Amino acid sequence: MIKAILVFNNHGKPRLIKFFQYYSEETQQNIIRETFQLVSKRDDSVCNFLEGGSLIGGSDFKLIYRHYATLYFVFCVDSSESELGILDLIQVFVETLDKCFENVCELDLIFHVDKVQYILSEIVMGGMVLETNMNEIVTQIEAQNKLEKQEVSIN
Amino acid sequence: MANVRFKKVKDNLERLFDKNLTDMVRGIRNNKDNEGRFIAQVMDEIKVELKQENVAVKANAVTKLCYLQMLSYDISWAAFNIIEVMSSPKFTFKRIGYLAAAQCFHDGTDVMMLTTNMVRKDLNSSNMYDAGVALAGLSCFLTCDLARDLANDIMTLMASTKPYIRKKAILVMYKVFLKYPDALRPAFPRLKEKLEDPDPGVQSAAVNVICELARRNPKNYLSLAPVFFKLMTSSTNNWMLIKIIKLFGALTPLEPRLGKKLIEPLTNLIHSTSAMSLLYECINTVIAVLISVSSGMPSHTASIQLCVQKLRILIEDSDQNLKYLGLLAMSKILKTHPKSVQAHKDLILSCLDDKDESIRLRALDLLYGMVSKKNLMEIVKKLMVHMERAEGTMYRDELLSKIIEICQQNNYQFITNFEWYVSVLVELTRLEGTKHGQLIAGQMLDVAIRVQAIRHFAVSQMATLLENAHVLVGNAQRNSICEVLYAAAWICGEFTEHLLDPQSTLKNMLRSKVTNLPGHIQAVYVQNILKLYSSILVKAEVEGDRQFIKDLTEMLVEKLPAFSQSSNLEVQERACSAIQMMKYVVKLLGKDVPVAEEVQALFAGELNPVAPKAQKKVPVPEGLDLDAWINEVPSSSSEEEEKEEGGANS
Repeated sequence: MIKAILVFNNHGKPRLIKFFQYYSEETQQNIIRETFQLVSKRDDSVCNFLEGGSLIGGSDFKLIYRHYATLYFVFCVDSSESELGILDLIQVFVETLDKCFENVCELDLIFHVDKVQYILSEIVMGGMVLETNMNEIVTQIEAQNKLEKQEVSIN
Repeated sequence: MANVRFKKVKDNLERLFDKNLTDMVRGIRNNKDNEGRFIAQVMDEIKVELKQENVAVKANAVTKLCYLQMLSYDISWAAFNIIEVMSSPKFTFKRIGYLAAAQCFHDGTDVMMLTTNMVRKDLNSSNMYDAGVALAGLSCFLTCDLARDLANDIMTLMASTKPYIRKKAILVMYKVFLKYPDALRPAFPRLKEKLEDPDPGVQSAAVNVICELARRNPKNYLSLAPVFFKLMTSSTNNWMLIKIIKLFGALTPLEPRLGKKLIEPLTNLIHSTSAMSLLYECINTVIAVLISVSSGMPSHTASIQLCVQKLRILIEDSDQNLKYLGLLAMSKILKTHPKSVQAHKDLILSCLDDKDESIRLRALDLLYGMVSKKNLMEIVKKLMVHMERAEGTMYRDELLSKIIEICQQNNYQFITNFEWYVSVLVELTRLEGTKHGQLIAGQMLDVAIRVQAIRHFAVSQMATLLENAHVLVGNAQRNSICEVLYAAAWICGEFTEHLLDPQSTLKNMLRSKVTNLPGHIQAVYVQNILKLYSSILVKAEVEGDRQFIKDLTEMLVEKLPAFSQSSNLEVQERACSAIQMMKYVVKLLGKDVPVAEEVQALFAGELNPVAPKAQKKVPVPEGLDLDAWINEVPSSSSEEEEKEEGGANS
């Protein structure tokens, strides 16, 4: 199970947050802050697995993350998930974003976080992996975008 | 009529100025200096927009609210409006509503009970994506009531003609099972069927859900082992394979026969797969099987060797992730098959120097199996160098506890030179901010008591610690390292015969700064001050140095009262008793009566360590009946009183 997905930049500003367990807004921000502190002090040459912090950690949980240019993509998962599998999944997520936004960059996430959430919801649902095949994911996203365009043009 | 039309035009004009998400984000970025105020203004605008009839306007407002929630603003007050947007017949708006609901609805959101029929309608919509967003939303905000009311609808969707819906419905069913367990029994046969669904995504989802259920309750799912076995040997979907293999790892402790059957197919996968993720999980499960199965298996050794060999390849890889996972898996093998891992000692020890802290920590976990008499000192030296360079106190403390663990393991099996170990312990006391002060102190005591040969050395080291106590006292509240003074004071007081300069040590123990130490340490100081005094007294009386004895005694009388002011009861009590005793001694000295022998008698005898099971070995004295009443058996009148009380209360 995935407990949370956090995307924040090199300064710790959140660009997308998805918690699969209820936390108050204050706790959410504390988790983001703590996770940023843990992850940002790591060199890019070290491994991508961390024991979790005190707020979203616990003995069964790990942080698995990838650092792309200005953004950190962090998945907080329990021991039912494969570490290398989740790393691959982060890559799939980012590649999907790249396909949908055409050479995605941080600004796309800043201004269109709603679209990013819709993309993510085709990959992970309720903390469980829904789909790992990028083509399948993109097909569904494009179909829903088309539906949206059709409804707007009717108006 | 004209008024209505005019109002509509006016409204439309106003709506032209509504910010959409992009506008709002841009606005926030342009107002970094007064972000709070800008957002307050935006919130007000949103509140106005939410009052409009037009769903498009409401939906736009809700999209903005989702963004603000990410910035830590509570948006739960808009729950009703979110539901309004969810209920729009248009997919575009509906999905905005469901996303907002997933973001901020939770068990305590009262208005959720209004959503049941709406969600049911969406689930059964002819538009696949309406059902899709409803399922996605439910997976996040499902409550017990919704689970109970919608279980059947979701179960029906598991048989939808569209794989997209089947897949999502299956995953949501897991949430239903969590909130409404009664749903599991009727749904399970259908779930099991889905393991053989023609669509691989649907199959994966079914495997995913059953694996989660089985992790919670492994016994109930053992009967599915054959089905999973078949899937494992026929599927090529790595994600699914990984889930199944991980599940088997959890089931084998319950069913060793299953484990035995798994070795061959897992070994085949290890040899054939090119996916590292799958390879790693296969190795992990093989390890789990071999640990749970007794070593009566013929292929046992070969399998362990294969695993160790493959893990070595992982650890040697330049990819830090593979290194990390390799070390992680090795530590599981180490517990049950230490010899197989020890063959790779050099590789593991080299990981102690890796620049990646996560890897060093994993290598540390393996350390206890790699240590020998020959390499212990070298390893400890390496670890202490790391400690100096370590940035975080957590990592440094980890190193410290490791050093002590490997030194003391198996009763100090690998230590050849205890004087060296005592110096290591003393050097560790230079660590600021460690939480392991007590650990170090405990070791000092243990070694000084049990290893007579180095007592002399240990005592001189402890005396030096007492002399430099002011350095350690400084940060007593935050710094547990002052605990070593507990050990130092006791050792110097107990083995006074080894002290080079007992008087100087005594003076050090009486310094006023000592009263800043934690209570339990001061208490030990007081007691051992007396012991030390007594030992000096004996010698001085033999030498007939009356003036010296008088001065010494007066020094104690002058300095001990500082301890009696302590807020710690133990310290107070001991100090008061000591002061009283000193007054008595002073009186006797005034009458020229020799006191040394009597004082010394107070501390006669050796204190030896006591084994934990020692109490049990003490024979019960003859004639003692531990089950007999100590006092008189309670009389019957008090029994009646109890009965009456019981009656009044019932």
